[in-house]
Amino acid sequence: MLSRAADALFWLARNMERMDNLARLIEAAQSMAGVSSEAEEWRSALAAAGVDELYDETYNAVTPDLAARFLSSGGANPSSIINCLENARVNARAMRTALTRDMWEAVNQGWIESRKLTENNFSPALLAETLDWVRTLSTRFSGAYETTMLRNENYWFVRLGTFLERADNTARILDVKYHLLLPQESSGVGGMLDYYQWTSVLRAVSAVRAYQWVYREEVRPWNVAELMILRTEMPRSLRACYDHITYCLDQLAEIHGGKRGEAHRLAGAIAAELRFGRISDIFQTGLHETLTTYIDRTKELGDQISNLYMR
Amino acid sequence: MREFFDEMYGADGEVRAAYAGIAAWLAETPPAVLETKREEAERLFRRVGITFAVYTEGGDTERLIPFDIIPRVLDADEWAFLERGLVQRVTALNRFLADAYGEREIVKAGKLTDDYIDTHPAYCAQMQGVTVPSGIYTHIAGIDLVRTGVNDFYVLEDNCRTPSGVSYMLENRAVMMRLFPELFARVGVAPVARYPQDLLATLRSLTTPIGEEPCVVVLTPGQFNSAYYEHSFLADEMGVELVEGVDIIVRDKKVYMRTTDGLKRVHVIYRRIDDDFLDPLVFRADSVLGAPGLMEAYREGNVALANAPGAGLADDKAVYMQVPEMIRFYLGEEPILKNVPTWDCANEGALAYVLDHLDELVVKETRGSGGYGMLVGPHATKKTRDAFAKKLRLNPSAYVAQPTLALSTCPTFAGDKAAGRHVDLRPFVLSGANGVRIVPGGLTRVALQDGSLVVNSSQGGGTKDTWVLHRNGGGR
Repeated sequence: MLSRAADALFWLARNMERMDNLARLIEAAQSMAGVSSEAEEWRSALAAAGVDELYDETYNAVTPDLAARFLSSGGANPSSIINCLENARVNARAMRTALTRDMWEAVNQGWIESRKLTENNFSPALLAETLDWVRTLSTRFSGAYETTMLRNENYWFVRLGTFLERADNTARILDVKYHLLLPQESSGVGGMLDYYQWTSVLRAVSAVRAYQWVYREEVRPWNVAELMILRTEMPRSLRACYDHITYCLDQLAEIHGGKRGEAHRLAGAIAAELRFGRISDIFQTGLHETLTTYIDRTKELGDQISNLYMR
Repeated sequence: MREFFDEMYGADGEVRAAYAGIAAWLAETPPAVLETKREEAERLFRRVGITFAVYTEGGDTERLIPFDIIPRVLDADEWAFLERGLVQRVTALNRFLADAYGEREIVKAGKLTDDYIDTHPAYCAQMQGVTVPSGIYTHIAGIDLVRTGVNDFYVLEDNCRTPSGVSYMLENRAVMMRLFPELFARVGVAPVARYPQDLLATLRSLTTPIGEEPCVVVLTPGQFNSAYYEHSFLADEMGVELVEGVDIIVRDKKVYMRTTDGLKRVHVIYRRIDDDFLDPLVFRADSVLGAPGLMEAYREGNVALANAPGAGLADDKAVYMQVPEMIRFYLGEEPILKNVPTWDCANEGALAYVLDHLDELVVKETRGSGGYGMLVGPHATKKTRDAFAKKLRLNPSAYVAQPTLALSTCPTFAGDKAAGRHVDLRPFVLSGANGVRIVPGGLTRVALQDGSLVVNSSQGGGTKDTWVLHRNGGGR
């Protein structure tokens, strides 16, 4: 397939996944309203999305309404939900032939609907409904590609984009939230506030129920970290994402007659660490340090994939 | 009041046989239902993204060409006649192009001059003496036809460069089949869906690589081009790559595309970019839409281009006037399809006639295309006509004139009822080493405004599905 097509599919999937993650992030921040410091909660959401500095350049103070709008519909924010969808459609349109009709219609229909949204749809009263729409759209897209794409290169590049983006998001959310929560942890572990805040981390990755099913105990920081980094049954954990990433890369290598590159080595190394790692070791090294390293290496992996296939 | 040929009703108000099924359907379907269906069609077109780009400030950059849900019908005999005429005409046009870029027999026979060909803007000097695959220049031709009577079809224009619109032919049909499946069952319509396969077969016939599968690609200027939807649609329907200039590279006079598996050889390019942009080494140096070295690879016979550079020469108005003569000259046959009577102002007698009848004629620049620099006499003011007459006297050989044609009308949904609106027809003719093929149908363009004769989408025109009946008569 064309290198440019691989690039377009990869970024189409990344943008759709990012859009979906943003919706979850905003919902998590909203759900904390009235429980903790709203400004802190929203600041952490902005940081997890990687747009906190950009926000500060645009606005003087963090308010729930402004932050939510910045993350969802903000024109000045290149990674807002609406801009992610716009980018996804540009990628899709650039390589329409690489998409199935169902995939294209999912993206295009979503884009058409998004053009009908007004300021009002992002107001506190209607935001939840709008975010539901985003998640439906993202589900429609992944459903479309899972059920209609041939299992050829195109498919593996879409999957690769999805899981690379998801790994990056999970690492960021955990890193930012963990930072925010540390002071409280020392002062009152197990307190009501603490409970809510750790729950909000889970909520941001839609894993509140999953936590209960896996641990069957109250929410504890190290369990949350383990669930999001190492547990294979958690679909948004780094481990699960990297299992998929290495599988996709293996499939691509097979299609290309066994040709492998630095991307394969790097992904394999990270996947092995996640597979055999222990949460106690991670805390010993420092959770923040570990997560920062994963974020950097995931970015490096993206560059290596691009080097190997997309130029 | 002029008389126009009504495709559905005869002079006595009788429904013509071809439209019997449509007439019965219109009679039993309330306008409100048609309106609902029309809205549904529009939603379908938007969802699929069949839009064309317009470059205006602000607003929507992607617009839909209005679609009319009442099909235009041709019966089997009418189509058989058109098909014979189109095959004949396009064969002659290809023979002419091969001759113009080869031996110039037509000049020796005194029909055109060397000078006329050599100085024509669409003439491509780099193609002179180049051997092209199977001697074919226009592999995909769009021939614009108008109808003025039961047996009167005229060719208005030949489009031999890169005619567009075929995606509308196919998508219009797909939408109609979705909206009115029962109507198809009742009327019996010849399918058009095999066009992409015919196109691919035509393109593949242009190459005979040894020991490998011929690799065909569609070359597009990119997603901001107004016909981008069509480019991606055709590539997708054929199952071939849609490439842009950045995707292709020429090495050792061979063309390759950049893939995830390294460079891959390309044998045939269906190019949807203009001649000028194909190769910056030969044509416009600032073009990034094509690939440096492409023309050399082409001249070496290492890649086939469809359509061939320079094929636009056949679209010329003076060349047009010669087509009936060309058919006799190259094929030794009598032309089946008629030309619109055309006065060549270079001829003194013709000029005098044209100047005398400016208020009833359309005057076109010989070398113009797309309706630029044109005078529509009946719609112009006296002042405009006088100014145009001056230009005409100064440089008569730059102009030809034609009568304004009485385009036929076809029932068209006008909000509350079906009313007659003027239509034209563009069938698509494929020519390859494997012969000439035409799917039964084409793009019908319709002037949606009451009384308007302008079918261009930029000026209020829309499109219709074109039905060619399996057999004569319009079903029950």
